[in-house]
Amino acid sequence: MIYLGIDTSNSPLAIALIEDGVVLIEETSNLKINHSLTAMPAIEEMMKKAKVLPADLTHIAVAEGPGSYTGVRIGLTIAKTLAWSLKIPLHPVSSLKVLAANGQGFDGLVCPIMDARRGTAFIGLYEGVSLEPVTADQHSDVKSFLLKAKELGLPILFTGVDVALHEALIIEILGEAAHFSGVQNRLPRASNLILLAQDTLESDVHHAVPEYRRITEAEANYNKAQEGQTL
Amino acid sequence: MGIETSCDETAASIVKNGKEIVSNVVASQIESHKRFGGVVPEIASRHHVEQITLVIEEALQLAEMEPHQLDAVAVTEGPGLVGALLIGVNAAKAFAFAHQLPLVGVHHIAGHIYANRLEQEMEFPLLALVISGGHTELIHMKEHGDFTVIGETRDDAAGEAYDKVARTLNLPYPGGPHIDRLAHASNDAVVFPRIWLEEGSYDFSFSGLKSSVLNYMHNAAQRGEHVAPESVAAGFQNSVVEVVTGKTMRAAEEYGVRQVIAAGGVAANKGLRHSLEIAFKEKEIPFYIPPLPLCTDNAAMIAAAGTVMYQKGLYGNMAMNGRPGMPLTSWI
Ligand SMILES: [Zn+2]
Repeated sequence: MIYLGIDTSNSPLAIALIEDGVVLIEETSNLKINHSLTAMPAIEEMMKKAKVLPADLTHIAVAEGPGSYTGVRIGLTIAKTLAWSLKIPLHPVSSLKVLAANGQGFDGLVCPIMDARRGTAFIGLYEGVSLEPVTADQHSDVKSFLLKAKELGLPILFTGVDVALHEALIIEILGEAAHFSGVQNRLPRASNLILLAQDTLESDVHHAVPEYRRITEAEANYNKAQEGQTL
Repeated sequence: MGIETSCDETAASIVKNGKEIVSNVVASQIESHKRFGGVVPEIASRHHVEQITLVIEEALQLAEMEPHQLDAVAVTEGPGLVGALLIGVNAAKAFAFAHQLPLVGVHHIAGHIYANRLEQEMEFPLLALVISGGHTELIHMKEHGDFTVIGETRDDAAGEAYDKVARTLNLPYPGGPHIDRLAHASNDAVVFPRIWLEEGSYDFSFSGLKSSVLNYMHNAAQRGEHVAPESVAAGFQNSVVEVVTGKTMRAAEEYGVRQVIAAGGVAANKGLRHSLEIAFKEKEIPFYIPPLPLCTDNAAMIAAAGTVMYQKGLYGNMAMNGRPGMPLTSWI
């Protein structure tokens, strides 16, 4: 059994190969280079190094979002096309849960954050040991999410490359309850993605689509206009 | 195999020897974009992800072929909507990698031109008129893979002008077919200017014509006059058709071509098609235009162009990316 894991849901690129529970190779970079350009060459190169042929793969794990719209689409397009071409199962995993896995073992909650501009983020809350979701992954105003999280009265570990952008606000709202993962633990790891994928049901390859957690601006405007008309 | 996702069609096709369509699948998104009055890039990208493997699978199934029977995978590399292009490009890369097939990146306009080869062998020198929602270009070809753009639009593409005029006439999106239909129902066309630009130029400009139509509508509304939409549609179309036919004709004569081909969604317009056919018949220059499904965006045309590139050994690699502003360059 060889799993290929792909996470391009935010600025970092994370890929890995795990064979029968052993991590063969894992690569993580945060160079903010276009995933469309770099993801496939990185996968090709990594598989060459590990002497794994496309036909040797038995499972594909992919971070399904939320995150950058373009980023999650690139990962999902590559993953579903590989899985369909090779006739092997595809296992999509929440990209926030992949980040949360960086804090697994924390005695409290883990909060992965991906910035979505204008004070908003793709954000979630996971139980620190089991990694069970405490709230659904969502696109939310960071401040109001933090205020609600505070009411749970538990220590929270924040992770993700974009945590730095919101650090001041987090401390202001949560004070002592706020904990931060070290910078080395803020990037998604595709090994974590694969380990989570092993407990995830495979999805119908053709119908696998990103979990955007947010409708498009055009649809939001259209809905607003429609509401205006019916009032 | 060809894959095309540059705008709002997700398409895959299998073409034999660059000339014979074995299967040609197009999933159109027009219905999803209609309510917005035009293509919304983010929505187009979302649909491409939903459709891409389904469309590729259907192309193989209809052809009753297995991937290992393919020689190469060709994909539209550009130009087009960046978010849309990169779905096709990444799917093509993953498919080519999985089956260890050569990958070829095709220019969308080269694809439109090569759509003709699926019906009729190309003869050089050749003049191609590519006219669509995104393009209005006259291209001179001395041989396969040799492209010289001798004229292009300086502002709107013809199809864009059609859509904008259609909107002012309260016609639904996409507007081209509606204007074409209305124009045929009219027998007193409004006279709008013909925009020829400076003498000898093969470039086009449609924004001035579009403004004349808008002014005409505006002035009539201010005077409280009723405007017959048929007359406006016919007047607008007459102007487009006369200029496009005139410039194409002059270029064909100046370059002494053996064949003139038209391509792109607007080439399917009945008024334009008719005018070009009559004009070239008179001059006894062979003129071809592919049937509608090969005029609009499809993947068979990408496979057809990709085959010639493949034969020339022009392969891409896993670092291929969608190139929204890709220029049309020759393959030699
Ligand atoms: Zn086109």
